[in-house]
Amino acid sequence: MLIVFFLPHLLYFSSYWSKILKMKKDNKPDNTAFTQQRLPAWQPVLSVGIVLPLFFIIGLAFIGIGIGLLITSNNIQEFEEEYTGIGDNSNCYICANNATANCKCTLNFTIAQPIQGSVFMYYGLTNYYQNHQKYLSSRDDQQLAGETYYLKNPSQSCKPYQMDINNNPIAPCGSIANSFFNDAFALYYNNQGFLDEVKLDGSAIAWWTDHNVKFSNPSQTGSNLSQIFEGTVKPINWSKPVYNLDVNNPDNNGFINEDFLVWMRTAALPDFRKLYRRISGNYSSFMPSGNYTLEITYNYPVKDLPGKKKVIFSTVSWMGGKNQFLGIAYLVFGSLCFVMGFILLIVYAKYQNVEDNDD
Amino acid sequence: MTSVAPESLAAGVFRRIGAKEDKLRTVLPNLPFEGHRKKERPNRDYDTNIIKTTKYTLLSFLPKNLFEQFHRFANIYFVGLAALNFVPVVNAFQPGFSLIPICVILAITAIKDAWEDFRRYTADKEINNMSCLIYTSTLKDYVEKCWKDVRVGDFVKVVCNEIIPADILLLHSSDQNGICYIETANLDGETNLKQREVVRSFSRVETPFQPEYFSGKIICEKPNNDLNRFKGYLETPNSKKIGFNKENLLLRGCTIRNTGEASGIVVYAGHETKAMLNNSGPRYKRSKLERRLNIDIFFCVGLLVVMCLIGAIGNGIWQTQFPELPLFEVPDENGNSTPPALAGFYMFLTMIILLQILIPISLYVTIEFVKLGQVFFISNDLSLYDEHTDSRVQCRALNITEDLGQIQYIFSDKTGTLTENKMVFRRCTIMGTEFCHQENALRLAAHGEADSDEEDRAAPHRELRGRLKQNHGKQNQKNLRRCHSARAYYTGQRRKKSVGLVDSEVAFSSPLETDVTPDKKLLKIVREASAQMDTWCMDGQASDSSYIDFFLALAICNTVIVSTATEPRQRVTEPPMLKPSTYSLEKLHYLLQKLKTGKISQAWTSNQSNSDQSSGTKKAQAIADGTELPEGSWCEVESNGASGGCIEKSCSSRISMESKDDTQGITGEDHVGSELCYEAESPDEAALVHAAKAYNFTLLSRTSEQVTVRLPQGAILTFEVLRTLAFDAARKRMSVVVRHPLTKKIVVYTKGADSVIMDLLETPSREYPEEEKKMKRTAAKTQKHLDWYAKDGLRTLCIAKKVISEDAYEQWSSVRLEAETAIDNKDEMLLETALNLETNLTLLGATGIEDRLQEGVPDTIEALREAGIQIWVLTGDKQETAINIAHSCKLLDQKDIIYTINTDSKETCESILDCTLEEVLQYAPARPASTGVLNANIGFTSPPVANCPTFGLVIDGRTLGVVFQGELQMKFLELAKHCRAVLCCRAAPLQKSQIVKLVRDKLKVMTLSIGDGANDVNMIQAADIGVGISGQEGMQAVMASDFAISRFEYLKKLLLVHGHWCYTRLAKMIIYFFYKNVAYVNLLFWYQFFCGFSGESMIDYWMMIFFNLFFTSVPPIVFGILDKDISAEMLLDLPQLYKSGQNSEGYKWSTFWIAMLDAFYQSLVCFFVPYFTYKDSDIDVFSFGTPINTVAFFTILLHLAIEIKTWTLVHWATMAGSILFYFVVSLVYCATCVTCNAPSNPYFIMELQMADPVFYLVCFITPVIALLPRYLFRIMQGTFSQALVIEARKLDKLDKHKKEKVLRQWKTTLRASDTTSPRSDMLSPLSPRYITANTFNQEASFSLETDNTRHPGKWKVNGADGPQPPQSGQMESEHNCTSDGNADTPKDHSDAFCLGHQRSFSIMTI
Repeated sequence: MLIVFFLPHLLYFSSYWSKILKMKKDNKPDNTAFTQQRLPAWQPVLSVGIVLPLFFIIGLAFIGIGIGLLITSNNIQEFEEEYTGIGDNSNCYICANNATANCKCTLNFTIAQPIQGSVFMYYGLTNYYQNHQKYLSSRDDQQLAGETYYLKNPSQSCKPYQMDINNNPIAPCGSIANSFFNDAFALYYNNQGFLDEVKLDGSAIAWWTDHNVKFSNPSQTGSNLSQIFEGTVKPINWSKPVYNLDVNNPDNNGFINEDFLVWMRTAALPDFRKLYRRISGNYSSFMPSGNYTLEITYNYPVKDLPGKKKVIFSTVSWMGGKNQFLGIAYLVFGSLCFVMGFILLIVYAKYQNVEDNDD
Repeated sequence: MTSVAPESLAAGVFRRIGAKEDKLRTVLPNLPFEGHRKKERPNRDYDTNIIKTTKYTLLSFLPKNLFEQFHRFANIYFVGLAALNFVPVVNAFQPGFSLIPICVILAITAIKDAWEDFRRYTADKEINNMSCLIYTSTLKDYVEKCWKDVRVGDFVKVVCNEIIPADILLLHSSDQNGICYIETANLDGETNLKQREVVRSFSRVETPFQPEYFSGKIICEKPNNDLNRFKGYLETPNSKKIGFNKENLLLRGCTIRNTGEASGIVVYAGHETKAMLNNSGPRYKRSKLERRLNIDIFFCVGLLVVMCLIGAIGNGIWQTQFPELPLFEVPDENGNSTPPALAGFYMFLTMIILLQILIPISLYVTIEFVKLGQVFFISNDLSLYDEHTDSRVQCRALNITEDLGQIQYIFSDKTGTLTENKMVFRRCTIMGTEFCHQENALRLAAHGEADSDEEDRAAPHRELRGRLKQNHGKQNQKNLRRCHSARAYYTGQRRKKSVGLVDSEVAFSSPLETDVTPDKKLLKIVREASAQMDTWCMDGQASDSSYIDFFLALAICNTVIVSTATEPRQRVTEPPMLKPSTYSLEKLHYLLQKLKTGKISQAWTSNQSNSDQSSGTKKAQAIADGTELPEGSWCEVESNGASGGCIEKSCSSRISMESKDDTQGITGEDHVGSELCYEAESPDEAALVHAAKAYNFTLLSRTSEQVTVRLPQGAILTFEVLRTLAFDAARKRMSVVVRHPLTKKIVVYTKGADSVIMDLLETPSREYPEEEKKMKRTAAKTQKHLDWYAKDGLRTLCIAKKVISEDAYEQWSSVRLEAETAIDNKDEMLLETALNLETNLTLLGATGIEDRLQEGVPDTIEALREAGIQIWVLTGDKQETAINIAHSCKLLDQKDIIYTINTDSKETCESILDCTLEEVLQYAPARPASTGVLNANIGFTSPPVANCPTFGLVIDGRTLGVVFQGELQMKFLELAKHCRAVLCCRAAPLQKSQIVKLVRDKLKVMTLSIGDGANDVNMIQAADIGVGISGQEGMQAVMASDFAISRFEYLKKLLLVHGHWCYTRLAKMIIYFFYKNVAYVNLLFWYQFFCGFSGESMIDYWMMIFFNLFFTSVPPIVFGILDKDISAEMLLDLPQLYKSGQNSEGYKWSTFWIAMLDAFYQSLVCFFVPYFTYKDSDIDVFSFGTPINTVAFFTILLHLAIEIKTWTLVHWATMAGSILFYFVVSLVYCATCVTCNAPSNPYFIMELQMADPVFYLVCFITPVIALLPRYLFRIMQGTFSQALVIEARKLDKLDKHKKEKVLRQWKTTLRASDTTSPRSDMLSPLSPRYITANTFNQEASFSLETDNTRHPGKWKVNGADGPQPPQSGQMESEHNCTSDGNADTPKDHSDAFCLGHQRSFSIMTI
């Protein structure tokens, strides 16, 4: 790196030394293109005549890309339901206001158009600042990476969720883990009065690298997870210890619990969604239109934020979820370039005429 | 970048406390104390000879360097912020991290400093270990030791060509006269030899000097840095005091020449030597741009505070929307959240840490590197390299390169700066008769022509020289010399340092100066005069003998040192014949007999036959050249023209040759073919000696005791030199007191400025009215001639003599001796005694010496003026000379109205200034107040209408004194502002610097001073940029300067090209740097609106550091060093382009704020395009930051790409390299950092982003949107702007032919708009001007003198001619010469002289 910085210096002294070595007596500067600043060069002069084609090309390209993006985005089907429980008519009103654990409420909704393709289910939070600086640093990645020492000695950055009152280490420590989203969902398709459970697949919802590299459980040969985590306590807000997050799948426990991983990848913006499940089973590639019932195990308090909770069902394309912005932006600026090109052309032509007349 | 002086000064202070308090230093010899313990040594308190110029030691480096670096305010700021980050409640990053950037910056600077210090260390070591001879009593001999072992009180012996290790009091010299010669080139660059004498009582010690028996005590001054001051006395055991002075001191760093060996006792050693005390490091100047920049830094600080306040307030408001502790709010230990107000305050500090890069941390380091690169390119410019002095441009100040592009006023010295300082004898007047030396003038004119086609012939010549050197070695030296004479331009006036070289230039004078063609009329008179020698022997007052006296004075009255060509530096101390006086006297009588019998002609015929010989050599040279020699051609012209007997001089370069043969014929003495070389302290002395030589008064040798001169007949006279009263500025003259060998009379020859000599002439006694009348007439005539000379631009010197009686001399001598031995008031006493002697002089005559204009000066001045630079000439010379030079170098135009102000009284001065100003304003109402604004309408407008005459102002030193004392500065400036050129004559060094300071401070302009001599040092230091010319007058100006060039004409490229480039490059780079930091930091700022103003950054901290330090640092540096907005050729062709720098167009208030606005806009785009793209998605913080970082990276680089005007391979490479580097580093970093950088730990983020097509879509559109306005603006500017810079850039792209055509067209337009063209109705009839002049003539008490004789027709021709050849002055004088026969008609003459100069009128008052 320093070489880059010292380049001029080095250049100077290298010529100096070469002179010494060659015993060059005179002081005459080297007659090279570099030292005489005569390096062959491209000297563009920005003027309308030269850049006009560029405007048209960029304009056309942008419009093309914009149209493609809009079409792709429009093909994405997305369905969003809020279940915060604010307002008396909301099903979850009771759950939202009576903070009993595992309060259940249901949400009925209708999908008017059948959804083609694989569908992802997200939960969404608004006005939730996962990107708050203090919050964001309140974690111990080394503990989460399964380093045994840090399991019992969490980093200072976790404070005040580093140790509990009895000075037992908290695993996983920190504010992020402590505020782990703990609502649970079950989806049913209302098939002519008969509730058919839509299977939800919770595997591979987190980053592969998070699951396999960045996060791992502390390893201790011949002992199961609960033994490994012995001596630590669960985060204050948690109901279950970390080694018992997923009762159905013993491999999905500890620090590598996929829901946990998703939560730990803190959202960039205060209104965010996080992948909850992928719809699998019979409905994996097609969700028929009709009535659906969502059974919510309501645990997570958002009333004070004041924020909202929602679920989102969405198909994905190569460009991810539904987003019109990029397509519109490309279209608008493509057109702008095009129009600007025309204006420049007209002005330039007139200007040229004036100049010609002048001459 | 060390300055040694302060430290050694501090050391000196410290020592002073420890040592004695008195003002004197006592030195005892060390020998008796040898073997004693250190405590008992008498000189233990004095510095040893070890020098240490390093700043640091291995141990002290870290603390000391850090301490120094923290003198820079920015560094403290950043360290403070880094420390703040350790406070948990306010930290924005992991505590240690914010130390990284400042540490990198400090480390880079420290490495640079360490490297420089190491180089000094090795240099010191080398010097300390040089060997020298020190006397030890154990061996009773000198033994070889290192320099560092030399202590005060040691006896040191220095042999020939060795460097003196310390300041040594000279006690012994192998020279029988007790003289030792030293060369002070290492000290002050003066290459002539200087004499040093053995302390008085030690001279003429017949036995070898034995240090053991030295038993004196040396009392001298404390160490000081005045090279020219040293005095003290030596106290012998019997309390006798022997005085000594600087003539007895050998200075450290000088080289012993021409002396076998010299020994003495060390009085000052190491850092206390005068050389070391004089050695101060480069000064630190702050450039205008940097001053501007510092203001803008404060704007940035203001911006930062505003942004932090927004953050703090925003945080407070944000917190209030959460009545209870939300889940994501991290409480403190007690589970409480901080109250909003306090949180807001904490947030303010956090934000400062987060947004600190708004103050560009690496800007200062980057600027330093850029300037280093710029200095590299300036000093490597081949066209600023001077072949014959083998010197490049020296950039002594490293940090003001960009000031070169903003110069508005140039203050120039005249002698040696505008002129070559090669003195050429042109003409003389003896006893009231003028000899115009027409042949000499012709020769010089021809010389000028020969110069002009020098370019083509230079290369083969050099080749030839090399070949000849190899083949023939020493034998051919004479041929080579001929060669030189043909190409006088390239002959070295500077001797190469290595003595052994065969081809080394021995003389400092080129043939141009040494060859003087004698005036035939004068030659005849001299010949006749010397023929009547016998009468002269009897009676010194005989009229014709004045001619002999005149030339004798020229030959004797100087301090020239004679050496021979074959053995350089072998001083001729002995005349060739060993028994001088008696022998030559005999010969003289014999000769006189011979001459009397009418054989003069014969003698001269033999002379002519010698010329055959020289023409033979000429032929040889012609063959060697293989080309037709212009020399040959002018040779022919002359021999045709001058049918007299002195043709030989025209071709032969050495008069000594024929004079040698002359003497051969008569005395049979052979001179072993030695050519005499004269080494003089000032070039005019040498010129006079050469002139005397041309009339066969050849100075053969000189010692402090005697001087030997060969007379035309070959007789050799040895004068006993009784006293030499050296030249000093106060007396403005020098004198030599000699005893005439024939008459035995004591004669005083005095040579000096006409103004002083004329006042010292004897008042003839009333008894001889005839005599009196004659003398008065002679004086009057001479004065008249002197005036002509001055108007002709010649330097004048008067020669006078005085015969004093033996008694009077004895009397004076004793007083003088007293003065010389005195310690207190010595200088005053010496001056007084000198004044006592130099009275009642008899005027012999006067000489006119031409100082030729340097090549390219008129062009350079014209170009600089077109560039909008005001040029003032500040000179110590006479007014007439100065005006003349000003005309010939185009500083003043023929049609300029010149105001001359000479007055002593304040009132007159004020009224003159008022009236002149009034008049000037009347003429120039249409003239825009600031000349800077360039009329950009090249294409459209017709030539501007503003036509008014231009003015020149000439003011002399006395009047300047009045101006400064009488608070008339502002009036003077007001007037000067309206003048095209200002000439200050007879200005003292201090006045020069006063003027510079006045203009710099009052007009608030950028000033540049250029000069070559010690008298310019003040003004060089006073100006914003000091330029020294490394010419003939030593190195003092260079030492004081910021840039040193070897010729004035280099100033053109230095300013117009390098100045422009350096300024635009640096200005643009700085603007870009500000933009870059603001644009980048604002990304973080916008994010605060989405993260609850919590001070979170969405970009990984390492990436942020890398971004500034590595990804985007090299392209701006390359941009700052290499970018060329306009080609060098165009800048030289169109000097008007320089004005963009003068008006600070590259870095203005508006430029800065536009850049800021642009930065805000671009950062908004770079943030919000990704924001809207990733809104409502499941993106995480650092995945969100990666595309933002990437688009910002591309935007910032592409922004630079728009600004880069020249894309060379280096540009492409750094750009591509930066992009590649960014992706490689990001990918590698993201692939390896699993838990290395909590909390971001960007593991695999970049990889996943780069696998996502949206990332590319964002990266594609964002820079386009961000840069669209700027790009559009540049396109508009490039298409429709009339700015000269842009037009010129477009023109650069055209093909050569078309380019020239357009350029010519532009130039006429520009000139018309710039320098107003004369409008016929206003200028050609001069009457309107007179009317104005007359109106205020009535009220003012001065006379208006108008030149009515001027012929309008002639003027018209002058005006239309355009460039006038620089030799016009000469031509004119030659024109005079042709009508020289009627020397007694002074009226015509003066008019003829006037013609060239008194273009309008001048205001004269006494």
